[in-house]
Amino acid sequence: MSVTQAPPGETQQQETVRGPRPSVGSALRSAELDLRTLGMVGLLIVIWIGFHFMSGGTFLTPRNLWNLSVQFAPVAIMSTGMVLVIVSRNIDLSVGSMLGAVGMAIAVLQAEILPDILGFGHPAIWLIAVGAALVLGGLIGLLQGLIVAYVGVPSFIVTLGGLLVWRGVTWWITAGRTVAPMDSTFQLLGGGSRGSLGEVGSWAVGVLACIGIVAILLYDRRQRIRYGFKLRPTWAMIAIAVVGSAAVLGAVWVMNSYYLPENVAMQVAEQQGIPWPEGGLRIPMGISYPVLIAIGVMLLMSFVANQRRFGRYIYSIGGNPEAAVLSGINTRWTIAKTFMTMGMLVGVAAAVTVARLNAATSGLGTLAELYVIAAAVIGGTSLAGGVGTIPGAVLGALVMQSLQSGMVLMNVDAPLQDIVVGIVLVIAVAVDVYYRKRAAQ
Amino acid sequence: MSDPTPLVDMRNIHVSYGGVHAVEDVSIDLYPGEVLALVGGNGAGKSTLIKTLSGAVVPDSGEIHINGERVEITNPRDAKQYGIETIYQTLALAENLDTPGNMFLGRELTTRFGNLDDSAMEDAARKVMKRLNPKFENFKIPVARLSGGQRQAIAIARAVHFNARILIMDEPTAALGPAETEQVANLIRSLKSEGIGIILISHDIHDVFDLADRISVMLQGRLVGTVNKDDVTMDEVLAMIIIGKMPGEVTQDELEELRG
Repeated sequence: MSVTQAPPGETQQQETVRGPRPSVGSALRSAELDLRTLGMVGLLIVIWIGFHFMSGGTFLTPRNLWNLSVQFAPVAIMSTGMVLVIVSRNIDLSVGSMLGAVGMAIAVLQAEILPDILGFGHPAIWLIAVGAALVLGGLIGLLQGLIVAYVGVPSFIVTLGGLLVWRGVTWWITAGRTVAPMDSTFQLLGGGSRGSLGEVGSWAVGVLACIGIVAILLYDRRQRIRYGFKLRPTWAMIAIAVVGSAAVLGAVWVMNSYYLPENVAMQVAEQQGIPWPEGGLRIPMGISYPVLIAIGVMLLMSFVANQRRFGRYIYSIGGNPEAAVLSGINTRWTIAKTFMTMGMLVGVAAAVTVARLNAATSGLGTLAELYVIAAAVIGGTSLAGGVGTIPGAVLGALVMQSLQSGMVLMNVDAPLQDIVVGIVLVIAVAVDVYYRKRAAQ
Repeated sequence: MSDPTPLVDMRNIHVSYGGVHAVEDVSIDLYPGEVLALVGGNGAGKSTLIKTLSGAVVPDSGEIHINGERVEITNPRDAKQYGIETIYQTLALAENLDTPGNMFLGRELTTRFGNLDDSAMEDAARKVMKRLNPKFENFKIPVARLSGGQRQAIAIARAVHFNARILIMDEPTAALGPAETEQVANLIRSLKSEGIGIILISHDIHDVFDLADRISVMLQGRLVGTVNKDDVTMDEVLAMIIIGKMPGEVTQDELEELRG
């Protein structure tokens, strides 16, 4: 088989780029990088630096970034599902209330039901609680999805109803009583002082991620050579590998620069028989479990969205529902499954949130739907359907959480925070509308 | 026709939407290597009739026989299983997906783990397009950014790639310029020579006379009749379309009036 490789620089840009002079845009295009995603990274950096100065240098510290990463996890987890829901031309307004109901249910399960059956502190309790969260979330999502897909009630209405119903259920499970504390193993899912990978584990994950980046680039290149497609320029491949690995290792370094609180470090030292040194013991936290779960969910959902039929069908429905039907796709069942997936992700987020708070209250997850939808939209998901990426939404979640975290550091009142979040959501949609209008011309 | 078994035999098809008869007791057939033109004014029921064959509409009553065997077509997947491919007037493309994504929509190539094999699909798409539109290059961008002719080519490529035995083309040249129209006409001739049966819906009476072997005319949901192209004049077909009279029934005066 003959390999036709375009020499570097000679690409088909002439067709799409007006001027003959190579621009930054065309270079990025030949590297196959998404301009919008890069723009979002730029926005994030601006927000971070802005908050850093406005908060008197407290934003870009390992402590704040570590906490931010833990808080960001539930929104990030749910935003990956919201992308698919919105891509399919639907919306889910009930995720915050669902998180409350599922979280409350598994809190009661592990704190009040399972200890009586299995015994207090039984090692299976956390697993059963997580499994229950997935099943309950999945069932609630499926129920809503079936009503949307087969009864034909618009998702806006079904999930607006769900917003009230599941909030009511949250309260009703314990008549408003707060449930605490959670199973001690389960608590690790929420991060906290012990719910982290530690120094060595974090570096190991970082190195694995770097190997993964290179492996994906090489696999992509091998496939292109096999079929004789145009290759990505070598400079672009090296740049992506270097920048990607640097970002990963940089993030691990930051996570490892935040240390266990002194009292916890002392306990650890005692347990492991390490003598307490003079200046205290600095034990790095490393990547927290919630962040690890969020990254895992992001990878899995990206895979589903891009490499599985299910994901392809969701995008086709968003692009042209009629075409999807005429192609023989079972669009109704696909929509129902999309809502079920959303529900299961809410279950994961509920487990992480309840574990982090070490409690479930009747207000659990209130307004989460706003953050999740905003994350997806800021991340480039179009409310018109058909367009949106999972990594984009996760970046969007990082933007939303950075805004909130920054405002907390600046001592902004809670009501004002809500006002800002609301305005940001509207601006994000306005930007999307503007871009789509421009693209249509 | 020399072949005694028709490729498609649709008998007494009825379709009604909420009491309105869109298609009433229509029977048509199609033989291998034949182009059957289906003509008629707006609302004559042509699109609804072919949708019962492509699986988009389930008829209220009537029978469909493929190669002499009675079949039930209740969804587009059934139709595709019988080798029936449809090129819709709207093209039925997902604007946000790229060319291979559209060509293989609903019939994706997968690796042995069930993952989408995008490279294999792109490769197959390139091979088919080389035959239909050799200059086509933008395989990886959403089809929304392609021209009308290129999008048409994708819709046709989809049918060609899956080895249609029966091809339904609903107004295939409505959105095309003269050169592209000629390209589609050539393609129809070449598919026909391969023994594929084609049902062609068209408004353009010149296209119809250029390409068709037989012409079926519909008016207000009913079949006026089916004629051999060589036995009729354009005026006689126009008379069938407009006043619903067969060539023998129509008077000279009526023909004069149609000529205006």
